Amino acid sequence: MNDMRIVERDVQQNDVKIAAKGVQVYYGDNHAIKDVDVEIEDKTVTAFIGPSGCGKSTFLRCINRMNDTIDVCRVVGDIHIDGEDIYDPKVDPVQLRAKVGMVFQKPNPFPKSIYDNVAYGPRIHGLAKNKAELDELVEKSLRRGAIWDEVKDRLDAPGTGLSGGQQQRLCIARAVATEPEVLLMDEPCSALDPIATAQVEELIDELRQSYSVVIVTHSMQQAARVSQKTAFFHLGNLVEYGETGQIFTNPNDPRTESYITGRIG
Amino acid sequence: MTDASLNSPDNARAPRSLTQEDARTKKRNASERRFRAYGIAAICTGLFFLLALLAAILSAGLPAFRQAVVEVPFTLTQEQHDEAEEAMLKTAIYTNYFITSLSNTMQAEGVQIKFDEDAVERLLGKVGGDLRSHFRDNPDQIGEEIEFELAASSRVDRYLKGTFTREDLQGGNRFFMPEDFDLIDAMKEAGLIKQVFNWNFITGVDTGVDNPGGAGIGASVLGSFFMMLVVLVLSLPIGVAASIYLEEFAPKNRFTDFIEINIANLAAVPSIVFGILGLAVFIQFAHLPQSAPLVGGLVLTLMTLPTIIISTRASLKAVPPSIRDAALGVGASKMQAVFHHVLPLAAPGILTGTIIGLAQALGETAPLLLIGMVGFVARYPDTFLEGFLEPNSAVPAQIYNWAARSDAVFTEKAWGGIIVLLLFLVTMNTIAVILRRRFERRW
Ligand SMILES: Nc1ncnc2c1ncn2[C@@H]1O[C@H](COP(=O)(O)OP(=O)(O)OP(=O)(O)O)[C@@H](O)[C@H]1O
Ligand SMILES: [Mg+2]
Repeated sequence: MNDMRIVERDVQQNDVKIAAKGVQVYYGDNHAIKDVDVEIEDKTVTAFIGPSGCGKSTFLRCINRMNDTIDVCRVVGDIHIDGEDIYDPKVDPVQLRAKVGMVFQKPNPFPKSIYDNVAYGPRIHGLAKNKAELDELVEKSLRRGAIWDEVKDRLDAPGTGLSGGQQQRLCIARAVATEPEVLLMDEPCSALDPIATAQVEELIDELRQSYSVVIVTHSMQQAARVSQKTAFFHLGNLVEYGETGQIFTNPNDPRTESYITGRIG
Repeated sequence: MTDASLNSPDNARAPRSLTQEDARTKKRNASERRFRAYGIAAICTGLFFLLALLAAILSAGLPAFRQAVVEVPFTLTQEQHDEAEEAMLKTAIYTNYFITSLSNTMQAEGVQIKFDEDAVERLLGKVGGDLRSHFRDNPDQIGEEIEFELAASSRVDRYLKGTFTREDLQGGNRFFMPEDFDLIDAMKEAGLIKQVFNWNFITGVDTGVDNPGGAGIGASVLGSFFMMLVVLVLSLPIGVAASIYLEEFAPKNRFTDFIEINIANLAAVPSIVFGILGLAVFIQFAHLPQSAPLVGGLVLTLMTLPTIIISTRASLKAVPPSIRDAALGVGASKMQAVFHHVLPLAAPGILTGTIIGLAQALGETAPLLLIGMVGFVARYPDTFLEGFLEPNSAVPAQIYNWAARSDAVFTEKAWGGIIVLLLFLVTMNTIAVILRRRFERRW
């Protein structure tokens, strides 16, 4: 994979935003995440790569405690965000999820109007004082989701009536509308065409100015293009984590090398 | 390359024509045609039975909605009025006025017949009393000619419909004498008898055996209405709250499994069991009034709850989990996710289930027999509250009651009651279908 273009990056050290230590996840008897330690930095795009079923989504869902909704799922270990243990019993997962937004692997717009899809988060969190402010926020979010031009004339149309790729961008707009500090994106571009993908990547790069973004992707090129850090998962283990440039050009672990050169996965 | 062998010459097949059915396709198509024929036959059988049933019900029940009336032009002068009001037997005088008027009218039409006030009373009821109260309520009509309309007795009705003939009458009794046939024929010849819509059947109350023609289903419709009100007000909130809790919030463990199995079992419990339970708990233990729609409603609530819970849970389950994830993902609480997103999507299903549960409860008879809602109810409740507490009947119980009486007129009323009940059920089910169509959403 020598044709891969790796952007020039500043190797400056950012603060740690998310620190995971000894994280184990079990689905019943299935040990899906095995003892993962990782430190995700603020103002950084971190890419999770790895073969299908290796636990990328599972680990991502640990960060905003979406796994709480799965009855059989059990999470062991510590995950700290800004130094606070998010699995502390005092932590309200609802507050956590307002701070840690998520875009799901499958687009899941609400069966409501496009406007209401985006406005829902700000409404329940009281982010807009009046209608004008809300309108502005909706427009800004739709623009950041790279979908404004396509839907600006039909904000009242149902969000479920959009194409798959448009739905996914609507979901991205919905996630950024609540102004999260961390944005978790589970394969956000798997249903997008190259133009929309480029727009979303641009958005991710923009979000990096203020947020910490974690993106799961199956596209090596995408990981290389957008991320500064890359984590490679394999069979529930975090095999290698480091600078994206170093992972793609000079991986330490033979499994990483064979995955990025297309031999396993 | 494992598929190399497929390309070997001995496996090569002759090119097949697409226009010719091969043996396998023929067989498959034949079985498909057979299956379709079975399906059509099944539907036709079902339709046939449905039509037969409808025809039977309509032919037997529609006469209950028609009523023969006798219309006689009548004038009461002021002197006649004063004279009658001063007499001892006031209504008898009014009856005489009426008889005079009736024979004059028939004579004018060229019909000659002699009859007495007993015959008039047998055929048209207590005419004198009716006339007197009419003029008491409308004193301004004194001196004017009015068309006075009197409902004919049920035997007149049946004679005109042909279900009661001269041969059926043996000797005669206080309800009917052989010469009454002649009077009916005479009035008919004079063009005084009309068939009108029997509003009394809709609005009236039950009557005793001596006046089967006057019996109406109104009071029991009201009884059913009050019961349905109780059922709706209790079972919808309780059922929906229970289902939301069980489906969205309750941990999945042995205990909730146990509850789930029991709810499913409850739905299969025969209704008479709920009747006995209601008798024991609500009447004998809690001392609620017997035969009251409130108690009937409580019993039917017990019966309807499992239906509502099961259908509500099914419609909650049908909402894709990704919607819940989406709501939780933007930081909605579980309750917000349920009330803002899941419940609206499940609402059509919940409403449909509720209406179907109510329709079931509306048609239920067995539990009502046990709590005494089959009594003879000859009056309407006076106030809204009394509607819940006064003894009353319900439409199916009233039908049961009429069907058990010997008089053929009551049997006809029972069939008429069935039509009323079916109309209610069809209306409710239509509303359920419309709601489902109207609010159904795809995702
Ligand atoms: N809800 C669940 N219940 C039980 N097991 C699950 C559940 N979700 C995931 N798993 C299991 O956890 C493991 C990791 O799944 P996960 O979805 O995290 O994989 P992934 O890396 O995201 O794969 P993909 O790239 O295909 O999305 C798999 O073995 C999967 O079977
Ligand atoms: Mg995944």
